Amino acid sequence: MSEVKLTVNGREVSRDVEDRTLLVSFLREELGLTGTHVGCDTSQCGACTVHVDGKAVKSCTVFAVQMDGASVTTIEGLASGATLHPMQEAFRNNHGLQCGFCTPGMIMMGVDIVKRHPEGLDDTTIRKELEGNICRCTGYHNIVKAISAAAKEMSTPAMAAE
Amino acid sequence: MYATNYAKATSLEDAVAKLQAAEDGKFLGGGQTLIATMKQRLAAPSDVIDVTKIPELKGITVDADTVTIGAATIHSEVASSKEIAAAIPALSGLAGTIGDPAVRNMGTMGGVLANNDPAADYPAAAMALDAVIHTSKGSYPATEYFTGMFETALDDDEIITKITYQIPLKAAYEKFRNPASRYSLCSVFVAVLKNGEPRVAVTGSGNDGVFRVGAMEEALKSNFAPEAVTGIAVDPETMLADIHGSAEYRAHLVSVLAGRAVAKAG
Ligand SMILES: Cc1cc2nc3c(=O)[nH]c(=O)nc-3n(C[C@H](O)[C@H](O)[C@H](O)COP(=O)(O)OP(=O)(O)OC[C@H]3O[C@@H](n4cnc5c(N)ncnc54)[C@H](O)[C@@H]3O)c2cc1C
Ligand code: FES
Ligand code: FES
Repeated sequence: MSEVKLTVNGREVSRDVEDRTLLVSFLREELGLTGTHVGCDTSQCGACTVHVDGKAVKSCTVFAVQMDGASVTTIEGLASGATLHPMQEAFRNNHGLQCGFCTPGMIMMGVDIVKRHPEGLDDTTIRKELEGNICRCTGYHNIVKAISAAAKEMSTPAMAAE
Repeated sequence: MYATNYAKATSLEDAVAKLQAAEDGKFLGGGQTLIATMKQRLAAPSDVIDVTKIPELKGITVDADTVTIGAATIHSEVASSKEIAAAIPALSGLAGTIGDPAVRNMGTMGGVLANNDPAADYPAAAMALDAVIHTSKGSYPATEYFTGMFETALDDDEIITKITYQIPLKAAYEKFRNPASRYSLCSVFVAVLKNGEPRVAVTGSGNDGVFRVGAMEEALKSNFAPEAVTGIAVDPETMLADIHGSAEYRAHLVSVLAGRAVAKAG
C-alpha cells in the first residue's frame, strides 16, 4: 500500500491504495469518476485517456502511485459549470458519437491534439493523431469533423485565454 | 494484475540497491511495455523500481559529431526536440512514429532499448547510427548490445543511462506498419556516417531482432542509389514468419523499403 496524493480536476485528493492500482481504477473506483472508460486490456484503445500535467496519457497503463504529486484532468473536469468545453460542444454538434463509449478518450485526446497544433489542423493530421483512439461505432468521420470544428473554436481569441 | 511494490529510485545506486533487495524486481521506465505486460499477467515482478527520475537518465546534448539522449527521455520529447531535429531529422521523425501520442508521452528510449522488441523502432536507429549504449556498468556499441529477440547485453541489475548516436551525413527511416498493431512489419533505417560508411539496419523482420545488411552497405559505398539495394535479397531463413506476413514477404519488403529509404535520404 502507498499513499497517493494527486490533484484531480483542480481538487487535491489523497488515498491509500495498493501499488498495483492503475490510475484509471483510482479515478473510477476510489474517486467515483466513471467518465474515464476502460475499453481494452492491451493499452490500445485510448478510451481511458486523461491529461497528466497537461499531457494525454493512457490512465490504464500507469500506476496511480507513479503519478503521485501530478495534476490530472479527466472528462469531468473539462466543462466549466453548465458550459461545455468547446471540444464537448463540437462532438455534440457534429454527431461525433454513437454509443459514446470511446467519447471521453476521444475528447481528451482531441483537446491534446489541438493544444499541440497551434498552427491549425487538417483532417489528415487529425486522423494520424487519433492513432491510439479506437471507435467501434462512428467510422471516425464525425469525430474528425468535431475535432476540426473545435480546433477553430478554440483558436478564436475569446478562448485563447483558457 | 498480480500484486507488486512500487518504488521511485533517486539515484543509480539507489535503483540498483532496491533491485538487489527485491525478490524478483524490475526497473520501470514509462511502463508502456512493462505495465501493459503485467496487466496481462505475462510479467509479475515482486517490485518495480521507477528509474525515470534519476538525474543521469535525463537530458539531450548535441555536439559536432554526436547526439546524446538520456534513457528516461520520452518519445514525444525526442520527436519535438529542435536540437535533435536539426542534427538527425530521421531520428526525431522516427520517434514521432512510435505508437500513438499518449504512448509517446510515457514511453522512454531506455525502455525500448532494454526491451528490444523485434518490432521496436529505436533499435534500427541505434544500429544504423553506430550508437553507443551507456549503462550503470559501462557502455556497448549497438552491434554488441542487441543479442537476439528481446535479448540484450544488459545484466538484470544494469540500467541504461544514455544513448549516443553519430550524426550522419544523411539518413532516412522507412516504416512499413502492420495495419492492425501499427508496429513495424518491416522498417529500414539507412544512413551515411561522416566517415562515408553507409549503414542499412532492419527492424520488425529479423527472427533474431534488429540486424544490418552488409551486402547492401557494401553496394551503397560505390553507388548510393535505390537500384543499388533493391536487387539485393536477404535470406528468408533469417526472417520472422507469422499470420501478418510470411518470411518471403518480409524478405521482399526489406529490399523494397531499403530502396525507398535510400531515395528518401537522397
Ligand atoms: C499501443 C502501443 C503501441 C506501441 N507502438 C510502438 C511502436 O510502434 N514502436 C515501438 O518501438 N514501440 C512501441 N510501443 C512500445 C513503447 O515504445 C514503449 O514505450 C517501450 O517499448 C518501452 O518503454 P518504456 O519506457 O515504457 O519501458 P517499460 O515498459 O517501463 O519497460 C520495458 C522494459 O525495459 C526495462 N527498462 C526500462 N527502462 C530501463 C533502463 N533505463 N535501463 C534498463 N532497463 C530498463 C524494464 O525493466 C522492462 O523490462 C508501443 C506501446 C503501446 C502500448
Ligand atoms: S483502456 Fe486504456 S488503452 Fe484501452
Ligand atoms: S461511439 Fe461507440 S465506440 Fe465510439
